[in-house]
Amino acid sequence: MELHNNNNTCTTFDISRGSSLVQDKLSKSRRVRNKSVDFDDNLLYSGNPRLIYINDPRRTNDKYEFTGNEIRTSKYTLITFLPKNLFIQFHRVAYLYFLAIAALNQLPPLAVFGRTVSLFPLLFVLCVTAIKDGYEDWRRHRSDRNENNREALVLQLGGFRLKKWKKIRAGEVVKIHAHETIPCDMVLLGTSDPSGLAYIQTMNLDGESNLKTRYARQETASSVFEGCNVTGLIRCEQPNRNIYEFTANMEFNEQKFPLSQSNIVLRGCQLKNTDWIIGVVVYAGQETKAMLNSAVSPAKRSKLESYMNRETLWLSIFLLVMCSVVAVGMGLWLHRHKDKLDTLPYYRKRYLTNGKDKGKTYRYYGIPMETFFSLLSSIIVFQIMIPISLYITMELVRLGQSYFMIEDKHMYDSNSGSRFQCRSLNINEDLGQVRYVFSDKTGTLTENKMEFRNASVHGKNYGSSNLTDDLSEEHNIRAVLRSRWKLKSEISIDSELLDMLHKDLPGDERIAAHEFFLTLAACNTVIPIVSQDTSSGHGRSESWEDVEAIDYQGESPDEQALVSAASAYGYTLFERTSGHIVVDINGNKLRLDVLGLHEFDSVRKRMSVVIRFPNNTVKVLVKGADTSMFSILAKDTERDDQIRQATQSHLTEYSSVGLRTLVVAAKDLTDAELELWQCRYEDASTSLVDRAAKLRQTAALVECNLNLLGATAIEDKLQDGVPEAIEALRQAGIKVWVLTGDKQETAISIGLSCKLLTADMQQIIINGNSEEECRNLLADAKTRHGVQSSNRKKQNLKRKKNSENGYLDILDDTKSSNVLQRLAGREELAVRAPLALIIDGNSLVYILEKDLESELFSIATSCRVVLCCRVAPLQKAGIVDLIKSRTDDMTLAIGDGANDVSMIQMADVGVGICGQEGRQAVMASDFAMGQFRFLKRLLLVHGHWNYQRVGYLVLYNFYRNAVFVLMLFWYILCTAFSTTSALTDWSSVFYSVIYTSVPTIVVGILDKDLSHRTLLQYPKLYGAGHRHEAYNLQLFWITMIDTLWQSLVLFYIPLFMYKESSIDIWSMGSLWTIAVVVLVNIHLAMDIRRWVFITHVAVWGSIMITYACMVVLDSIPIFPNYWTIYHLATSPTYWLTILLIIIVALLPRFLVKVVHQIFWPSDIQIAREAEILR
Amino acid sequence: MEMDTNGAGTSSAAAGGGGVSTSTSDSSSAAKRNSKKPKYSRFTQQELPACKPILTPGLVITTFTIIGIIFIPIGLVSLSASEHVVEIVDRYDEGCVPPNYSKNKLAYIQSSLTNKSCTRTLNVPKLMKSPVFIYYQLDNFYQNHRRYVKSRSDKQLRSKAYERDTKSCDPEGFVLDGPIVPCGLIAWSLFNDTYGFSVKSKMLEVNKKNIAWDSDKEHKFGSDVYPKNFQSGGLIGGAKLNSSIPLSEQEDLIVWMRTAALPTFRKLYGRIEEDLQANEQITVVIQNNYNTYSFGGKKKLVLSTTSWIGGKNDFLGIAYITVGGLCLFLAVSFILLYVIKPRPLGDPSYLSWNRSPSGHPN
Repeated sequence: MELHNNNNTCTTFDISRGSSLVQDKLSKSRRVRNKSVDFDDNLLYSGNPRLIYINDPRRTNDKYEFTGNEIRTSKYTLITFLPKNLFIQFHRVAYLYFLAIAALNQLPPLAVFGRTVSLFPLLFVLCVTAIKDGYEDWRRHRSDRNENNREALVLQLGGFRLKKWKKIRAGEVVKIHAHETIPCDMVLLGTSDPSGLAYIQTMNLDGESNLKTRYARQETASSVFEGCNVTGLIRCEQPNRNIYEFTANMEFNEQKFPLSQSNIVLRGCQLKNTDWIIGVVVYAGQETKAMLNSAVSPAKRSKLESYMNRETLWLSIFLLVMCSVVAVGMGLWLHRHKDKLDTLPYYRKRYLTNGKDKGKTYRYYGIPMETFFSLLSSIIVFQIMIPISLYITMELVRLGQSYFMIEDKHMYDSNSGSRFQCRSLNINEDLGQVRYVFSDKTGTLTENKMEFRNASVHGKNYGSSNLTDDLSEEHNIRAVLRSRWKLKSEISIDSELLDMLHKDLPGDERIAAHEFFLTLAACNTVIPIVSQDTSSGHGRSESWEDVEAIDYQGESPDEQALVSAASAYGYTLFERTSGHIVVDINGNKLRLDVLGLHEFDSVRKRMSVVIRFPNNTVKVLVKGADTSMFSILAKDTERDDQIRQATQSHLTEYSSVGLRTLVVAAKDLTDAELELWQCRYEDASTSLVDRAAKLRQTAALVECNLNLLGATAIEDKLQDGVPEAIEALRQAGIKVWVLTGDKQETAISIGLSCKLLTADMQQIIINGNSEEECRNLLADAKTRHGVQSSNRKKQNLKRKKNSENGYLDILDDTKSSNVLQRLAGREELAVRAPLALIIDGNSLVYILEKDLESELFSIATSCRVVLCCRVAPLQKAGIVDLIKSRTDDMTLAIGDGANDVSMIQMADVGVGICGQEGRQAVMASDFAMGQFRFLKRLLLVHGHWNYQRVGYLVLYNFYRNAVFVLMLFWYILCTAFSTTSALTDWSSVFYSVIYTSVPTIVVGILDKDLSHRTLLQYPKLYGAGHRHEAYNLQLFWITMIDTLWQSLVLFYIPLFMYKESSIDIWSMGSLWTIAVVVLVNIHLAMDIRRWVFITHVAVWGSIMITYACMVVLDSIPIFPNYWTIYHLATSPTYWLTILLIIIVALLPRFLVKVVHQIFWPSDIQIAREAEILR
Repeated sequence: MEMDTNGAGTSSAAAGGGGVSTSTSDSSSAAKRNSKKPKYSRFTQQELPACKPILTPGLVITTFTIIGIIFIPIGLVSLSASEHVVEIVDRYDEGCVPPNYSKNKLAYIQSSLTNKSCTRTLNVPKLMKSPVFIYYQLDNFYQNHRRYVKSRSDKQLRSKAYERDTKSCDPEGFVLDGPIVPCGLIAWSLFNDTYGFSVKSKMLEVNKKNIAWDSDKEHKFGSDVYPKNFQSGGLIGGAKLNSSIPLSEQEDLIVWMRTAALPTFRKLYGRIEEDLQANEQITVVIQNNYNTYSFGGKKKLVLSTTSWIGGKNDFLGIAYITVGGLCLFLAVSFILLYVIKPRPLGDPSYLSWNRSPSGHPN
């Protein structure tokens, strides 16, 4: 969590104000944020506490009905499965369409298809989905059952006895042994550790693998030790999903004391390094925080799919037109023949036979009604014009694409052992059209593995730059020899500083250095894990049998780095309990009592700890961000001032090379100060209302008039391949914006080191402190760099949209602005340096809330690089929204921490990095991967493939269904508009379900225009996605014209061939069925760019299966079409007709394709030729 | 309030997985972490051996040439086959109405008193080798009308047991005495003109056996199903059936019930199994019973020999020759185009960013 990083110097403005502003904006844009990440302070205690009587479950559950510990993640039971599943399935519009069509068909005057036949597609889809849902639910049932039937030791009848998890109730006392999973949310009462310490691993909850400490209150820990009969009362807040907060208090043995997040263990965590714990259940079952957090992030819809829906609308218009033609034709025909309707040999509206019905009409309701019915029944016949099956096909295709993305070995991170993950199955093709990438910095661009680099102690810089590797190695050994603590990580050490520490001469500098490292070792929340094993691979440890390996576990990587550094200099933290810490100072153990700890928060941006030394002096040790520290330093002597200035210049130096800095300070507390503070601290920490604010006020009591000790600098290492990936993305026409919580200098330095910023760029820096200042800065930047105004920009965008496919149209913003400038007669600026915009969170507050938004937008989009520093999480989402709401361009957000969640959810595509900062980002993301550099492959290779595939898939499916429907339509015009289908009912239904469905799926998954090598070699090929090359309105219309031609050929060639012949309707239908299936499959075959074995099987197999189905259908004597295919197949005309249809139908398409590829080759085409032929 | 996301996100819940709830599977997957590395296979890496067709000039020209070379001979052969077919078509619906009824043809055809006989003379243009097929051709008769096509009961036709299965036949399903066999509009409107042929006063024998498909006779029309109550209703639609002959032997009915695909259609009437010499005069005596006058349909008598492409049809041949010729033409034009304006395939300098005048955009 970046929020917990001491050094994440967020902002100087009031965070709550900033976030509420952004939040307003968000709600304005009607986007509902996922509540699971809502860490707002709205969880503070309200007047309705939850009362838990310890070890008295009956009384606890008496008044309030708390849920038991049984969990149910399954959706259905055996009884509710059918109705509930159907109900849920019919939420999809597609199924309702199916249902409506099937229902229409059941009406007697409309029965076009047989009853069972018409239900087949719906039943098929429903069954497949129900089976899938059923299977998933069965698995959930099974895991629920396993989970519920696990056993735990529960205090019953005076002793701990095994009880099934599902029987556990709130108020019961549970005992957990090491390595067991915790069954419900419990408040710790006691642990095997006398000081009440317990370690838990929260991997299942937030994915962090390090251990966290939890404490039992000393008051309860002792009594639990004494006897088993404990009673007491816990008042806690109502169940909520915030896993980082818990507010409660406990009455125990007449004492009342507060409980916080560090006193509770949550369901799903595992107990480690502790023999046992005893706790009382406060939340059980569905009310546990783990269960409340298991909701999934909202589903996103792909952009291509929304374009597709627009075209579907066109198709529905075609459908309606066709149906109206049929209906009107029917009406006119009936009108013309209205006198003859009883005497026509082929139309009879009345019973004329001598029977009971004589004289009655038969399925004839007058001309207007007949016309209307004709409209409805033609909708039934033409129903597949709306390609409902396309939605199912797309789901399957995306599933297959995801499989290949997951299996891609180039996107496997061997360091963390994490594969690529597809968490959302709806937006694969969006990856091919991304225009903006918003990236978090820490943990995304950088590794978030901190390394201690420099220290400024007492105004003197100690650094690693002058040290060679050999030297540091040597010192390292020396340090290890001396300290007999072995660290997991190795740190290079400045010998000068080390020597100074070991000189025993007194002096300010020596004392400052001592306190400096003491602060590093003590002022943190890191837990040392000491392990005895010496079997680690280090050669030198073998000679030192008593060397103890020490592993620092902590929530913040910065703190781990600092503690490790302190250890390397001989200040080894090796024991921590709730009451004290033990630091090994060059072999001497120093036990320090911790009187109080003010944790880091984003308002104070510092952390302090109050400790009592063995000699009873009390010190407060503080570390924090430079901006927050310099204001609270003591202002006295000149000497101090000098140190301060030296330190400050060091800090600037550090951050200019991209290091993260912290300022360390300390002071002695007098008895009076201590007393006042202790009193207030006690009060504040037991408070239930506004505890955070009260603690903040208390902290201010001691965090003042501090003596500056020095500053630290930690390197945040860049991840592998980040500069290359960014360069490739930029070449691909993707704009990379970095949004970080870091300071401006750090952000710029990281920007430089990852090649985001280059030396030749003109930097526009906007860091105003008021609205007016920001306005001026923006206006200044605009005039200086010649950025066109926003409405001009809009025109430009519009133009861009109009000529979506114009090849040489302005696709690059620099180019477009060039053109416009030339128009504006400002030729001197035509060739100018690329711009980089650097803006800080402070200014963003003023800009995003005001009308300056459009100004910022116009500047930002004409800059090649945008860096936003010191931004709050919600501002990140605000920036994404700025782009998303003003352009049609696809946005992608990538990040790894909880602070990126809002941005990830806001962007069209959210990518999570499974890094060190927990799993919040991954849980909210659509795709998750191990390294930033995989983004290059994800977008340039998989994004490109998926986009090309899905684009073609959609067009092909439109074509496939429309050609079939049009063919039926032409025939209906020859049947007196009576909606007769020459095809058998079954063939009509099977057409889109069996005959032609498999090849499109296979091609959608496996087809590949270019190899990944070519795509990575020419990142600019990615522009095809930006230009909407694979799917756009023009292509749709071309496809539709082609479809029209092909349907005419399909219909008219057999018509001419069998004009005035004795062919019967079923033979004709059979011919059409085969012809259309062969045609659409050959059409597909013509466009396939990579034939693998499976493709051959799918395409030719489909034709074969169609024949097989025809043979089977024609071998059943009860069908009127009995034996048709056998008769046809013996006639050479039949085969010649099919051949002629295929060639004539596909000739124009082939011709256009060839001509286009020769004279107007696309980039993809050229690259493909280069790849295959060279 | 936030819980409703659970209910609404149904489809995505499946994709998102159970989340935190299944801690057992989660921990086991954590244990498996090291084995998570995707196994290399050419399939999973999408590197399967593949054929990647590319439209090179050679391929394009070859394709067009091959199509041309295959199509033109086929066209020629079918055209000549069609030329060899001799076909005589005689429209008789108007000529067979006596002049005094020409204003009121309907009355003529509907009256049971008028003489429906009619004699036509046909001239044989060329030698017609046996067998000569006799067809009747109807025009503007929508045998493919939905109400008509559905108006039959295949079950009833097949077996006596389903005699009463006439639901789909309404309104021609039942009379007072019971079900009509065969029921439905199709059977009801059975064609009932008859033809008698003679050459030089010598009767030509017309073979009316085996004019229907064997499969229909054997499996679709039951040998135990006899006509019943047929054409006994108020309105007589067409031919009557001899109720002592089972349906499987009523070949005219069987032919008729294979409803035609198009409103103009021919149906086989019989065969003349002798050669007809050129310039012979055939006298046809037609019993003009069938009423097409009510809807303005034409009736034609067709005598035709046959060939491997069926009846006389020049379309196939012409179409094949045209397409073949077009393809050859295209092949030649492409050869010329490649000569005039060649483009080196796969030349990176043709890539748009290398071509665009404003140079490297970035």
